[in-house]
Amino acid sequence: MTDDTLRSALVDYALRLGDTSLVLGHRLSEWCGHAPELEEDLALANMALDLVGHARMWLAFAGETEGKGRDEDRLAYHRDGFDYRNHLLVEQPNRDFGHTIARQFLHDAWSVGLYERLASSANPEVAGIAAKAVKEVRYHLRHSGEWVVRLGDGTEKSRAIMADAFDRLSRYTDEMFEADGVERTLTAAGIAPDPEELRAGWEARVDAVLAEATLSRPAIHGRQTGGRSGRHTEHLGHLLAEMQFLQRAYPGATW
Amino acid sequence: MPDGGSCWGPEPGADAAVRAAWDALARVNDPEIPVLTVVDLGMIRRVGRDADGRLRVTITPTYSGCPATGVITFEIRRALDEAGLTDAVLDSAVFPPWTTDWISQSGLEKLRAYGIAPPPRGAGKRALTAPDEVPACPRCGSGDTRVISVFGSTACKALHRCNACLEPFDSFKCI
Repeated sequence: MTDDTLRSALVDYALRLGDTSLVLGHRLSEWCGHAPELEEDLALANMALDLVGHARMWLAFAGETEGKGRDEDRLAYHRDGFDYRNHLLVEQPNRDFGHTIARQFLHDAWSVGLYERLASSANPEVAGIAAKAVKEVRYHLRHSGEWVVRLGDGTEKSRAIMADAFDRLSRYTDEMFEADGVERTLTAAGIAPDPEELRAGWEARVDAVLAEATLSRPAIHGRQTGGRSGRHTEHLGHLLAEMQFLQRAYPGATW
Repeated sequence: MPDGGSCWGPEPGADAAVRAAWDALARVNDPEIPVLTVVDLGMIRRVGRDADGRLRVTITPTYSGCPATGVITFEIRRALDEAGLTDAVLDSAVFPPWTTDWISQSGLEKLRAYGIAPPPRGAGKRALTAPDEVPACPRCGSGDTRVISVFGSTACKALHRCNACLEPFDSFKCI
């Protein structure tokens, strides 16, 4: 393996993690001022801030590793949808609070397992970012898991919404465990875990909470993947149009 | 220096510029929790000399998404400049990650007096395995409190209510 292969894999991997955090953080920020209660408004905004913070660390690291002078803002605001590498799951629209929580929970159950492993990565910068992030995503998982239980084991209506949400979103979850040349290169170098190794832990975390919520993990119909290589659902473009508007209209603007 | 992470003042025998830097840093307050300085918070990882003699101040960010980090960095730079340390290098290190265990003892007392329940010592490590520790009410001291939301008014705080005096209060979130 050449240094260039490793460097390029590291850049792609950091973009995937950074974009996934950024897109989910932006989705959560759409709730600001609209959540069902004040405490939840604060919680969603706080989680959004954490995720945007993680995105900044990953994108800054990607830019430095790439060495072509692109900083975190350049990467966040000046790439089009086909250059974004986030999971399809996190770009799915908020719909209602139940769908937002289901999406968050499926993601959190994955990110906790991933960051726990990355914290012992052979790359010290990757390990450093992960060791920082894991403390925060544990709070997210606890929070989203509590809401899954509250709503799943709630009223007839809230239970139906959660069942529908998991049914809709499950088709996007396989993507979290996919590996291509990027992951295989980094796994061989001891920098990242084989994504498939994260599946059992994710299923255990998800199933334990769903059981308490009187729900079960639905069978996957019409499995969808492709975000990690830039093939997205129609929702990402709309999100980027809003998120990137200012820097597209006034490139380099600061205040 | 706990966990090789942070420290709260110059080591014995530090030179005048290092001491001046510490004095300047001790005047920089957290914009969100103004009773705490960046030194109380344990954000200062190192103040020392590079091999070429340049003064270097290394800080560590607290919460990843804390919007105050930019302002704090700006205020630290200004404090160093005002102390005449314009050539001091200011940089940031993510690893080892900041933990609430690095808040100084006097910082914990200042938090309590300000009405924010401080994180218990060692809670940063325990938060990884057992996140639920019930803080005592910073107003009446009762241990009979409940969590309203683990996400409070800023990234670093959770919201509680005291069942004894019925007052709501913030606690510093353990990481």
